[in-house]
Amino acid sequence: MNRPILIAGLAAVTLSLGACASKPKQLPPEPGTTTTTQTTPPPSQPTGPVPGSQADFVASVISDTVNFDTDRYNIDASDQGILQSQASWLARYPAKRITIEGHCDERGTRDYNIALGERRANAAKNYLVSLGVDPSRITVVSYGKERPLALGSDEESWAKNRRAVTVTVS
Amino acid sequence: MKIRDLLLFGTLLTAPAMLDAQQTTVPSSSASQAAPEDEGLTGSVTDESEWQDLGIAIPSFPTNASVPTAAEGGNTEALGRNVARVVYNDLRNNGLFKPVGPDQLPEVAFPQVTAPTFDAWRGRSAEMLVQGFVKANDDGRLTVGCYLYDVALGSELARQGYVVKPEEWRRAAHKCADMVYSRLSGESPFFDSKIAYIAETGPKDRRRKQLAIMDSDGANHRFITNGQATALTPRYSPDYSKIVYLSYLNGAPRIYVYNIGTGQQTLVTSSTNPTFAPRWSPDGKWILYSMAIAGNTDIYRVPATGGQSTRLTDSPGIDVGGSYSPDGSKIVFESDRSGSQQLYVMDADGSNQKRISFFGGRAATPEWSPRGDQIAFTHIGGNFRIAVTDPYGKGMRFLTDSWQDEAPTWSPNGRIVQFFRTERGSGKTGIWQVDLTGRNERKLNTPVDGSDPAWGPVLP
Repeated sequence: MNRPILIAGLAAVTLSLGACASKPKQLPPEPGTTTTTQTTPPPSQPTGPVPGSQADFVASVISDTVNFDTDRYNIDASDQGILQSQASWLARYPAKRITIEGHCDERGTRDYNIALGERRANAAKNYLVSLGVDPSRITVVSYGKERPLALGSDEESWAKNRRAVTVTVS
Repeated sequence: MKIRDLLLFGTLLTAPAMLDAQQTTVPSSSASQAAPEDEGLTGSVTDESEWQDLGIAIPSFPTNASVPTAAEGGNTEALGRNVARVVYNDLRNNGLFKPVGPDQLPEVAFPQVTAPTFDAWRGRSAEMLVQGFVKANDDGRLTVGCYLYDVALGSELARQGYVVKPEEWRRAAHKCADMVYSRLSGESPFFDSKIAYIAETGPKDRRRKQLAIMDSDGANHRFITNGQATALTPRYSPDYSKIVYLSYLNGAPRIYVYNIGTGQQTLVTSSTNPTFAPRWSPDGKWILYSMAIAGNTDIYRVPATGGQSTRLTDSPGIDVGGSYSPDGSKIVFESDRSGSQQLYVMDADGSNQKRISFFGGRAATPEWSPRGDQIAFTHIGGNFRIAVTDPYGKGMRFLTDSWQDEAPTWSPNGRIVQFFRTERGSGKTGIWQVDLTGRNERKLNTPVDGSDPAWGPVLP
């Protein structure tokens, strides 16, 4: 169930951005609405995401998100794997551009978090560039603590919110 | 007119000619005049406990003739009661006094405004008495008189008169409260001032954030932006003509200068890099802002009218925020160049950068007091608390103790700090204020949640 939830979450992010990312052709099932019809084998014609679409990106990469420790913005080994998978996808679709959103948890002051989100988004960008992605294809934006993903006020939620999210742009 | 009156009203001549709330001369009272140097009535209010029991009676302000007015109440008699209520609420809400308002007191006849019945007030154990009147002028404007009496001495301590347009009647009441506060505390006035802030609605992950303004007591509330683009961190220009703030209009964080008169707004710089954390210089000629280039944030200064920006910091860390000393010669700002957010002071041209915070934990969002003697900031050490220190980093003390208090802004007289408090879990926010003793804390009434308050100066 992880993948559909992730896609649903992403669709929300894309909509809220107002960006013109192409929508997945087929919406993933709502979480928790598993029915017996889904056990039938898929039809023979391809029904996967449109190649090069945001849905295809999310389905192809390890994750669209890298996470950070409190006040940190370094790209660790697991982040590197995630960004390498993103760079591979971007190599397949050289016309695609991306926006990297930098985010922070709520336990920081507003102005500092905007600056820290910039650092995080740029750290992810710089790593992608080091893997050969043309920097002109990458836009960064910091949302500071303004757009949390997890809504709790606890360590688990804060860890999820300290993130850089890659979103494809048509 | 007595000499004291000339002295009192002489200060008016230094004010700009285009006064909205024009002060005027009002009839003198029959009560004897107390000399200004009377002991016990001026002086510092460092120890507020002495003042807590100071009973101030504020009866309704009578009118010479009740006539219709566009001001609240519909006629000058009802307006007089509303004016007294505003004075009462101003004085009640700062924790220094125990006033009694017009709804708990008998009416005062118009002639008694200048000839108080001191014996009756002594019987009510009022130590101070604020009386006043409301008159409609032929040109549609209003004259409001305000008198402060010492009941025990049976003497007049101060008096002022104001000529206002009907829609600005509250300013006359704030000016009256300011006169009483200043005369009794020895501090500078602050009630006749405004606050810009961010009005918040909606769930935690989709907060709608609108730029809004209101008077210091929450009245005359007005939304400036519609909330389609996230607005953050406003600051009033010193002359209240503009508000500088951050908006995600067009998707990226940029600083805009909003002109309140025209409704027009302009970008503070033409750079396409993200700009944030805007602040005015005390003379309104400069805007400080922070800009991130390739992830590195530094502080810049640009003329408020536009033009070339000057970079003031160049550390590889995050240098952000910044607040001028009242004389404009220094700037206190926040930097994590040492590994965590700390306070630094530099000269206004960016030279002589020195860390001043060495009290453990992190220190963020410094704001220099309009009096110059203190810097308020957010102390982060587990919880977020509002604290103050002197400009050398000495004498640090906490003013609040909650889960997350953030972003202090000073009252115009440097006696009260406003900030916003975030509720753990829900993320709901509210604007609060606390006096310098830390003892008198209260939440402001705003129509919806509020954050990022910015208190402007006293109106002329």
